[in-house]
Amino acid sequence: MKKIHIAILVLIAAAITALIGFTGDLTTYETIASAKQKPGRFVNLIARLDKSQPMQYDAVKDPNYLSFVAEDTLGNSVQVVYHNAKPQDMEKSERIVLKGRMQDGHFECKDILLKCPSKYKDDPKAVSRNAGVY
Amino acid sequence: MQYIGEHLLPGQLGHFFTLLSLIASLLATAVFYKASRVVSPIERKSWLRLGRIVFLVETISVFSVFALLYFIISHHYHEYFFAWNHSSRSLLPKYLLACIWEDQSGSFLLWSIWHCVLGWILIWRAKQWEAGTLTVISFAQFCIATMLIGMYFFGQKVGSDPFILWRQQMPELPLFADPHYLQLPRVFEGNDLNTLLQNYWMVIHPPILFLGFASTIVPFAFAYAGLRSSDHSWAGTALPWASFSGAILGTGIMMGAAWAYESLSFGGYWAWDPVENASLVPWITLVAGLHTNLVYNRTGYSLRSTYFFYIITFTLVLYSTFLTRSGILGDTSVHAFTGADMTLQLILFAAVFFIPAIILFFRRYKKIPSIRREESSYSREFWMFIGSMVLFLSALVIIARTSLPVFNKIFGSNIAAPEDPKYAHNQVQIFVCIIIGILTGTTQYFRYKDTPPPVFRRRIIWPVLVALLIGAMISLFGHIDYNEKTIAFLIAIHAAIFSMVYAVVANAGYIFTGLKGKLRLAGASVAHVGFGLALIGILISSSKKKVLSWNTTGIAFFKKSNTEDPAENITLFKSLPTDMGPYNVTYVSDTFNTAQRKRFYGIQFQAKDSSDSFTLYPDLIRNNKGVEGMSANPDSKHYWNKDIFVYISAAEKNDKEDTATFRPREIKAGDTSFYRNGFFVLNRVVVNPPDQRKRYVPGENAIFLDMTVVSKEGHSYPIMPGIAVKDMDIRSLPDSVKPEALAISFNKVIDQKTGRLEIGVKESSAITDLITLKVYEFPMINLLWIGVLIMVAGFLMSVISHLKKRSLTVA
Repeated sequence: MKKIHIAILVLIAAAITALIGFTGDLTTYETIASAKQKPGRFVNLIARLDKSQPMQYDAVKDPNYLSFVAEDTLGNSVQVVYHNAKPQDMEKSERIVLKGRMQDGHFECKDILLKCPSKYKDDPKAVSRNAGVY
Repeated sequence: MQYIGEHLLPGQLGHFFTLLSLIASLLATAVFYKASRVVSPIERKSWLRLGRIVFLVETISVFSVFALLYFIISHHYHEYFFAWNHSSRSLLPKYLLACIWEDQSGSFLLWSIWHCVLGWILIWRAKQWEAGTLTVISFAQFCIATMLIGMYFFGQKVGSDPFILWRQQMPELPLFADPHYLQLPRVFEGNDLNTLLQNYWMVIHPPILFLGFASTIVPFAFAYAGLRSSDHSWAGTALPWASFSGAILGTGIMMGAAWAYESLSFGGYWAWDPVENASLVPWITLVAGLHTNLVYNRTGYSLRSTYFFYIITFTLVLYSTFLTRSGILGDTSVHAFTGADMTLQLILFAAVFFIPAIILFFRRYKKIPSIRREESSYSREFWMFIGSMVLFLSALVIIARTSLPVFNKIFGSNIAAPEDPKYAHNQVQIFVCIIIGILTGTTQYFRYKDTPPPVFRRRIIWPVLVALLIGAMISLFGHIDYNEKTIAFLIAIHAAIFSMVYAVVANAGYIFTGLKGKLRLAGASVAHVGFGLALIGILISSSKKKVLSWNTTGIAFFKKSNTEDPAENITLFKSLPTDMGPYNVTYVSDTFNTAQRKRFYGIQFQAKDSSDSFTLYPDLIRNNKGVEGMSANPDSKHYWNKDIFVYISAAEKNDKEDTATFRPREIKAGDTSFYRNGFFVLNRVVVNPPDQRKRYVPGENAIFLDMTVVSKEGHSYPIMPGIAVKDMDIRSLPDSVKPEALAISFNKVIDQKTGRLEIGVKESSAITDLITLKVYEFPMINLLWIGVLIMVAGFLMSVISHLKKRSLTVA
């Protein structure tokens, strides 16, 4: 076989290995109930901030500790702990995506993504609100 | 209904020119295609002449559309939805252009303008390739024009019209029941440009980036023309175009990186964000194609791979625009470019170029000349080809992972990104880096066709030794000790740094030994030196990126490792110097700049071990356009060997009325008294102390109480309440310890003989302003920016030297 072809095959094998390794790292979207059954596994939760429960963040005492309760559309809820600053205007979010793992009965959160209302500027409702009409 | 104050003519003209552009570009495609197929030179010439006229009409239409849109925005005709939605009357004039690029139609328009410019350069310079290449460009213009018409065909909306009137776009809004709606304040004022986009980067980054995107069509067009006519002599002409494209696209991408680093709180210059990846991947394949193109020009090898790379580069640009604009990336990207629902059109745009080109490629595959004899493994072309393959596979891995949302959409799955997406990419790309560094350095020392081994070994030995020396010094003394991931990754980082040092040394050395110092031939070597420096900058600044803002209240100072993930935020109280590792930091001020809608926070840094002192002003900017809350912009201090970079993660301003009162308490010198969070001691009573002179005027008798407050966490603060007495007037001078929410006043002397005094103690939390901060240090970040500049210079040097060579041979 030509040297070039051998080299190409080696490189392709390396690329496939890299991609397979990647798929092993992939995570899943879970509901709170299914996440509770997989403690220690890194998962993504789509949930809502449960505003009826207290949210704990005191920048004076510890700016790196945030604790709140999240609930999902199936009605389950879970205590979430996040070791970082509270994301701006988290109370105003419609939906949050939590990345982390279940640990000792609560959710250790690594990252929070907020879904805020009226993100799309072409949304007529948002536009009319901006136009000061409604 | 007759509306008052509308200006309908600009919109009507704009719509007319958009349609004209659509028709002209389709016509131009047909004419140029015909020109490329006719054999007789006289016929061809007349078809070309017709094509140029039609292309001129197309160019004028596109520029007119742009001019009319700018006219509408700058005159604040808010009856047009585009103008209302993206600008306002209070917007600074320099950002008016940025308004156009904020919208998808605007950036398509920008792309179209660049195609016109490139088309005319090709008409001027491409000679026998004019017909073929202009066919491709005209067709691309047609596709872009369909994105701008906003009309309905068979019930499907095609494109999004930038000249649509607001009342036509959203007729159900009640405000259009009012014929004077243009005078309503919010309509009159405009919805404004997104505050995050009101900076100079938004004015310059899109034009350069889109020129980069647009320029990738030229190698594609040449490849198409070559396949169609089975004439492969285009490869010589295309090479400087590919170099130019690499320079501009690379600049555009790195401008985005610089913007992210400087203004937006992504925490750095690159996050392997899907939009970033989607623009990087075509650049990588373009560079791969450029190298195989060069190989073909010099040796006759690698023509097929050149065709392949140039075809997929433009295709990947179209794929990247699909990923970015269709909204399919959704939550996986921080860039939110959604809006018009053009998913189908974007897919078709990519498909209509890729599918015919790749079919043509496979049909002509056997007929593309390729040399049967294999390249010698001591030849430059062999290793350049290997390098291009490595680049291609690197690009493939990146785009495969980035396309996860597409995969989810097609297969209906719901897979999410890995826990650490950045590491997932870094793991692979670091090995690409190691290989490319070695190849970049070594391959220069091979000659084309063959190199006698002893000659090669003799010339390579010096760069290898020098590189080993420098690499060893960096590894030993550079404190590269990135322990957040595995030890294998740390070893890979060291190997990559050595590999890139080698690339720099070998290429720099080659300029002198191989090219005898003739700089004008050294475009490639210079570009490689720049690339190597940039990568060294990336490796060092990312692996040694330090978080300086460990919260030191109660937690011991320690670094991030793969088992511990300590907190990155520190809380600062106004006016209180706080210990932050190598610095004492004080939150000294905050000021609100109404024009920019930003609140600037003055943060003063005082180095503990030197006299270095500086103040940084990160800001919080109030979001507009219906998005709530504030966004943070960092500020940074640049040294030659590092950058310190600060941004606000949270701020609390206490403007609340202080309704608590001072409660009286008795105390004597030497006494200890308790408050909610600790105790305080009255050390002694001082009269008219010189160091408190600012607080009382001459003629007053001032008595101060020297006290110390000790909180239960062990922090101690001085506090000095007092009174100033003049004749019968007594002024109270209370003092406070804000972090303890404690204020003490000196009320009176109860009994001078026994030394009993009365003080007032107030404990209330309404007196603290505080912020939480993140402070990062990026060492050697300047190597990245310098490296990029040198690399772009190298590209441009190649372009110039090629052009000079061609004009020599032609003349």
